[in-house]
Amino acid sequence: MIDIVLLGFLLLTAIAAVCLRDLFAVVMLFGIYSFLAAGLFMVLDAVDVAFTEAAVGAGITTVLMLATLRLTGRFERSPRPLRLLPLLVVAMTGAALIYGTLDAPLLGDVQAPAQQHVAPRYIERTMAEVGTPNMVTAVLASYRGYDTLGETVVIFTAGLAVLLLLGITEVPAIRPGRRVIDDQVVLHVIVKALIPFILLFGAYVQFHGDYGAGGGFQAGVIVATGLVLYDLVFGDGDAQLVVPPAWLPRIAAFGVLVYGAVGLLSLLQGKALLDYSALAEIPLSGQHLGIMLVELGVGITVFAVVLAIFYAFSGRRRQS
Amino acid sequence: MNMVPGLFNYWVAVLLMMAGFYVVIAQPNLVKKVVGLTLFQASVFIFYISIGKVSGAHAPIFIEGVTLYSDPLPHVLILTAIVVGLATTAVGLALVVRIQEAYGSVEEDDIEAKDREQNDEGDGGGP
Repeated sequence: MIDIVLLGFLLLTAIAAVCLRDLFAVVMLFGIYSFLAAGLFMVLDAVDVAFTEAAVGAGITTVLMLATLRLTGRFERSPRPLRLLPLLVVAMTGAALIYGTLDAPLLGDVQAPAQQHVAPRYIERTMAEVGTPNMVTAVLASYRGYDTLGETVVIFTAGLAVLLLLGITEVPAIRPGRRVIDDQVVLHVIVKALIPFILLFGAYVQFHGDYGAGGGFQAGVIVATGLVLYDLVFGDGDAQLVVPPAWLPRIAAFGVLVYGAVGLLSLLQGKALLDYSALAEIPLSGQHLGIMLVELGVGITVFAVVLAIFYAFSGRRRQS
Repeated sequence: MNMVPGLFNYWVAVLLMMAGFYVVIAQPNLVKKVVGLTLFQASVFIFYISIGKVSGAHAPIFIEGVTLYSDPLPHVLILTAIVVGLATTAVGLALVVRIQEAYGSVEEDDIEAKDREQNDEGDGGGP
C-alpha cells in the first residue's frame, strides 16, 4: 500500500517539476523526488540502493544543481507555446512502453524469469563462497568485481572531465568575522557538532558494508557530504584548508590504483584477475581482505571525485 | 483485475520516464534539460528495482533460517549506476556552465540565434 502512495507522490513531483518555471523550485522538487525514490527502494527491499539514492540524489546532486543555478540564473524564460510534435512523440513512446509491460511478470512474482537464472546462485552460494552476509556487497565487489572496477574508472574519468571543464580556483581562507553567513550562530554550532558524527558514520558504512547495508560507494558520498556541509557553512577557504583541492585528483587516482593493484596481486598469485581467494591461505579470509581493500579503493575515489566536483562548481565565479 | 496492482510500478516508471523525456526534447532551458535527464534516469532505477522484488521476501542480507530473498543483482547494478549518474550529471552541468559563460545564456533559442549570427558574419567577410 505504502508503495502506491510513494509512486503517486513521485508522479505528482515529476509533473510539478515539468510545469514550473522557477528553476530553484524545480531543483528542490528534484530533491524531494530523489528522497521519495529512496523510500520506495526501501519498501522494495533494496536497502543499499535506498541508502545510495538518499545520499546522492537528495544530497549531492541537489547541491550541484543549486551551484549551477547560482552561475546561470534562477528563472527559465517564458515557455514556448505547447508544441504538438514533442507531445506526440512522448505519448507514442509511452504507449509503446506500457504495451510492452502488459505481458511482463507481475510485481513480486517468484516465478519471474529474472528470479530463475543468476539470482538463486548468488543467494545460495554467497555465504559458502564469499562469506559476507550482505549479498549485494558480495556481488558488487567479488562476483562482479570487473564491472565495479570499470564503474570506478568511469567515476574517476567524469571527475577529471569536470576539472578540465571548470578547474578549481583556490580560494584564500576567509578569517572569522568576514564570513558571509557569520550571523547564523545556530547553524555554525550545530554543523560543527554534526560533522564528526557524519565522518564517523561514513567510516562505519565503509567498513560494515560486508555485514549490513553500505559499502564504498555510499561511504565515499557520505564523507564528502560532511565536507560539503562544512564548506557551505564556513566558506570555501576554510574547507580547502582541511582538504586542499590540489590533492583531490591524486587521491581519486590512488583509489583506482588500490582497486587495480588488488586485481593484479591475485593475477600474480596465479589466479584470475580480482579472484580474492588468492590473497590468503584460507580462501574465505582472502575474500574478506580483497573485498575490504577494493571497497576502500572505491570509497576513496568516490570521496575525492565528489568533493573535487563540488569545489569546481562552488569556486567558479559568475561572469557577467 | 489482478494485473493492475501487479503492473502499477512499471506503469508509473514509464510515466515518470516520459515526464523526463518531454523535458529533454521540448523545453529550451539547459539546466531544466539536465533535471529532466535525471528524472528519466531515476525512473529506470525504479523499473529495475521493481523487477528484483519478490513478494514476502527479505532484503538480500543473509539471516539464519531465511531462504527467500529479493534479487541482489539489480540492486548492485542500480547502486553503482546512481553514483556513476551523479558523476555524469556533474559533467553535464559543467558543460552548461561553460555554455553560459560562452553565450551568456542557457536558453536553446538564444544559443542558436548567436550561432546563426556568427555564421552570417563569417559569410559577409568571405568572397
